[in-house]
Amino acid sequence: MIAVDKETFEAEVLNADGYVLVDFWSDGCEPCKALMPDVEELEKQFGNQIKFVKLNTTQARRLAIKEKVLGLPTISIYKDGNKIDEVTKEEATRDNIEAMIKKHV
Amino acid sequence: MENIYDVVIIGAGPAGLSAGLYSARGKMSTLILEKSKTGGQIATTEEVANYPGSIEHASGPSLVARMVDQCKEFGATIEKDTIKEVKLDEKIKVLVGEKNTYKARSVIVAPGASPRLLDVPGEKEMTGKGVSYCATCDADFFTDFEVFVIGGGDSAVEEAIFLTRFARKVTIVHRRDELKAAKSIQEKAFKNSKIDFMWNTTIQEIKGEGLVEGVVFKNLQTGETQEYMANEEDGTFGIFVFVGYIPQTQIFKGILDMDEAGYFITDDNMKTNIPGVFAAGDCRVKSLRQVVTAVSDGAIASVQAEKYIENNFHE
Ligand SMILES: Cc1cc2nc3c(=O)[nH]c(=O)nc-3n(C[C@H](O)[C@H](O)[C@H](O)COP(=O)(O)OP(=O)(O)OC[C@H]3O[C@@H](n4cnc5c(N)ncnc54)[C@H](O)[C@@H]3O)c2cc1C
Repeated sequence: MIAVDKETFEAEVLNADGYVLVDFWSDGCEPCKALMPDVEELEKQFGNQIKFVKLNTTQARRLAIKEKVLGLPTISIYKDGNKIDEVTKEEATRDNIEAMIKKHV
Repeated sequence: MENIYDVVIIGAGPAGLSAGLYSARGKMSTLILEKSKTGGQIATTEEVANYPGSIEHASGPSLVARMVDQCKEFGATIEKDTIKEVKLDEKIKVLVGEKNTYKARSVIVAPGASPRLLDVPGEKEMTGKGVSYCATCDADFFTDFEVFVIGGGDSAVEEAIFLTRFARKVTIVHRRDELKAAKSIQEKAFKNSKIDFMWNTTIQEIKGEGLVEGVVFKNLQTGETQEYMANEEDGTFGIFVFVGYIPQTQIFKGILDMDEAGYFITDDNMKTNIPGVFAAGDCRVKSLRQVVTAVSDGAIASVQAEKYIENNFHE
């Protein structure tokens, strides 16, 4: 997964063509750290159809709020720079993320 | 040859990790299955001040990390999987997970509890959009914002104190006119100049498009409702909900005995109604749900599991 930050988010996600999956996480979020290996596994499976990136929101609070992310973990899918789908909190499980990916690609 | 574990433990919270440590140390082949983060609920809190021996740097995650290390040191395996179905009536018990199926001579069930919801309009839609059940996950979004904490027990008040490190103001909203939290925690809250209180109050509705923008409070004494809207510059605020817990025991309905609220009924030895199946931790009917009682349950359950295996599988 490519680590993006508040400087590179625009280029890597908002100005990107096609599908981008963003894993919003933070240093203090233990559920996020537990989930990340699952997202990395999904990247192996779907990485050729969707670009996978992760954003540490601790250093990008305003950006996350602008993207309407105010709770972690949140996994969002963007298409051509627009957010089209999202799972968050308890819903952010491996199965649900996989189902969300399959819905779109 | 297929692998049959002596003990399979469902849940890697304090109860499951303690059971795993005792089982592995007792030379039983031990597998712990966890659907999410290791450590369970306690891994989401910043300060665990009341667990004996943990006083400095006693954060939930660090306490749990030490438990995990200790467990692995003695040879327990921890795997990530969500158990969806259990077949416990045969001598060899079968646990069906999302990823694999597991077989065991004995099973220790330690699935803990998850936060109870407010169950009001807007709550579901606004989860992750300003409504949160995990302060350590989401506190830093609310740096310099306003936050409401709903509840009056230990968790609510402790998390409210934690949130004052980030938010500019924290209001504890409680449906009674006094807190239920331990006196020492209450004192800290009353002394904290960033904490305000709204007594005899509940939430009726949460409003917003994309993010929490407003909330409707109801005063339980007068019946009056009052709408609070986000400060214009902020655009949003936080609602942290700590109004109790529900046991994660749904997959055991009709299989293991439980009370009306879904808590397992066991004896003092953690035995359930099925021989070889034990329950430990917050999932059980008990008077105190804390780390100290969860780890105690786990230890007892694993010693009982060992006895059960000795009596039933060894000639
Ligand atoms: C905010 C907060 C603050 C707290 N502060 C304190 C404190 O200061 N001191 C204290 O002593 N206690 C505190 N507690 C209480 C303490 O966290 C619990 O009593 C303790 O975690 C219970 O342990 P447990 O192992 O029984 O359950 P849990 O911690 O709930 O762990 C159960 C685990 O099982 C997993 N699981 C559930 N179902 C399945 C399944 N089907 N398949 C696989 N895995 C599954 C869950 O994901 C979870 O990780 C606090 C709790 C909260 C929420």
